[in-house]
Amino acid sequence: MKFVDEFRDPRLIRAAAEEIRRLADPDRHYRIMEVCGGHTHSIYRHGIQNLLPPNIEFIHGPGCPVCVLPMGRVDDGLSLAERPGVILTAFGDMMRVPGTRGSPLEYQARGADIRMVYSPLDALKLAQENPDRQVVFFAIGFETTAPSTAVTLMRAKALGVKNFSVFCNHVLIVPAIRAILDSPDMRLDGFIGPGHVSTVIGCRPYQFVARDYGKPIVISGFEPLDILQSTIMILRQLREGRAEVENQYSRVVPWNGNPAALRAMAEVFELRPYFEWRGLGFISQSALKLSAAYAEWDAEVRFELPGVRVTDPKAAQCGEVLKGVLRPDQCKLFARDCTPEHPVGALMVSSEGACAAYYHYVHRVGAVGR
Amino acid sequence: MATPIPSVIRFDDPQIELVHGAGGKATRRLIETLFVPALANEALAALADGAVLEAGGLRLAITTDAFVVKPLRFPGGSIGELAVNGTVNDLAVSGAKPLGLVAAFIIEAGLPGDVLRSEVETMARAAARAGVAVVGGDTKVVEHGKADGLYIATTGLGLVDPRLRLGADQVRPGDRILLSGPIGDHGITVLLARGELDLEADLESDTRPVTPFVEALIDAAGAGVRWMRDPTRGGVASALNELARDARLGVLLYEEAVPVRDVVRGACEILGLDPLYIACEGQFLAVVDSAVADAALEAVRGVPGGELAAIVGEVRAEPAGTLLAVTSYGGMRVVDMLVGDPLPRIC
Repeated sequence: MKFVDEFRDPRLIRAAAEEIRRLADPDRHYRIMEVCGGHTHSIYRHGIQNLLPPNIEFIHGPGCPVCVLPMGRVDDGLSLAERPGVILTAFGDMMRVPGTRGSPLEYQARGADIRMVYSPLDALKLAQENPDRQVVFFAIGFETTAPSTAVTLMRAKALGVKNFSVFCNHVLIVPAIRAILDSPDMRLDGFIGPGHVSTVIGCRPYQFVARDYGKPIVISGFEPLDILQSTIMILRQLREGRAEVENQYSRVVPWNGNPAALRAMAEVFELRPYFEWRGLGFISQSALKLSAAYAEWDAEVRFELPGVRVTDPKAAQCGEVLKGVLRPDQCKLFARDCTPEHPVGALMVSSEGACAAYYHYVHRVGAVGR
Repeated sequence: MATPIPSVIRFDDPQIELVHGAGGKATRRLIETLFVPALANEALAALADGAVLEAGGLRLAITTDAFVVKPLRFPGGSIGELAVNGTVNDLAVSGAKPLGLVAAFIIEAGLPGDVLRSEVETMARAAARAGVAVVGGDTKVVEHGKADGLYIATTGLGLVDPRLRLGADQVRPGDRILLSGPIGDHGITVLLARGELDLEADLESDTRPVTPFVEALIDAAGAGVRWMRDPTRGGVASALNELARDARLGVLLYEEAVPVRDVVRGACEILGLDPLYIACEGQFLAVVDSAVADAALEAVRGVPGGELAAIVGEVRAEPAGTLLAVTSYGGMRVVDMLVGDPLPRIC
């Protein structure tokens, strides 16, 4: 298949793995954080860790929008589905994320009108088709999905669709990376930078990582060869004593991002003063809300939300795993009290979450000595 | 059966959720901790696609399956065709020639008569194609809003081929895994036919009877066929996980050898799905003795529609109970059982 098979070519992959072995200093342990959940998933899905020498370790970052969403926000969103006349819409990613009283799928099974959509525009269409119902879109995601929410809201406003609103949970990647870099137990050597997010924001916003913190960051694609090549670029920087923003994913990511998408976001959203991230706590200016001009379509304005706060169980060590201090299987709850079927912590929720990926793809291979 | 039959009911899930019907871990838990111990008997404990009963020196396979597909019609098939082929295939992978089917119809009041007529006619055609008769049935009509138009449950009885002794306990390290053709066609077709994703693809369900392929396989490999399963709900990954668990052996899947059509791969890449978990309705998996694996493959490929059959893996002693996928460049991962229905990932 075009644009996939080329990046899974066994010959090229073996050559890249060889180059990594050549570049890595055997006396040094490298800790490289892949920020994005898509990369985490790909690393496990393709068994990339097996191709690398043991002194290169991938640390799984916070770039999984479902994982960093606090349970209280899930409860708030689900409370909308319990109101008469409301149709709650959400991406497939959200459908299994547990709130205090169950996941959207479980609410649906109990009779709540929750529908899975592929795009917020589908939710808007649903509102137009059901003028006597309130249709709410449960918006999640980083800068990757925020532009499509923005465009949908612009269209809702232009068409005057009054029975549509957005429960906005869009978050920003740069404040999260900064929070990780500022954390006192941070021990990272470099970053594999987000691919999809960067198609929107470009490469410039990451310059502080290199300039202020002296860490290499390479924006990367998602195929095995992309990730290996990005690892090579990071190792080269470390070897040559450089710290720069480099773009391995230039076939998709323009240096300056997507100006039209950024304009739409600027039109519709404004920064929240602070927002809670599951596992990381409150981070200032790290999330988006609807701007005053769009308040009419803001579900948090239209409906009285309980504003639930739910603290994660103390025993769950999600924050430590997110910051790379612990490996998923080093958490006390991993695979015992916390499993993909019954997730306790955030990272077990989505298949892009570090713990769920580790659980599905790695943890039993211990039996064969890997 | 060497396996002791559990008799203590350990099922304590507070409520039945959709996930209990998705063919993954929760379904397995429901079966193993409730149905098997509560109904405890040897034929059930084998947990095969069909149960084998002995009577008058004959070995009979019996199986049942309920069909609740939405939409009722989709490219390449419909609920009526699935209801016949699904049960015929469960008999086929039990090593049995179908003797007859019975069908139960649960119909929602308000279903257009044309729709029912069309499905019953479809069933007649599918039964003729599979060489089996529908010899009885039952009809129930429920209130409007209580069923998605039409549910069909079919039960099939078949005569087991005397040359065969199938079961996970027959599987040995070194055995090969044969797959009859490309996977995921049915699941992706139905997902797209629901029209919720605004994606279109030139793709049809693979629903068909697998009987001719299984017959060719048995003629070529005889008692060298150890185990068979049709990878419907939960896909190849779930079927092979069950094999690994039931046989207490390791299963190694050569990921690149698994045939997947480009259009299915493309849809899966876009939707963040893994084809290994997507349902097939016209394929089967067989574990065959390595000595006859080549002959078995050739035989299945020789049947029209079997050209893309492949040897996709092997059985190993270790790691017991685990399905591993390996890539040609040395990557390796555990392929776990599905937690729930595959859902598209967007962000």
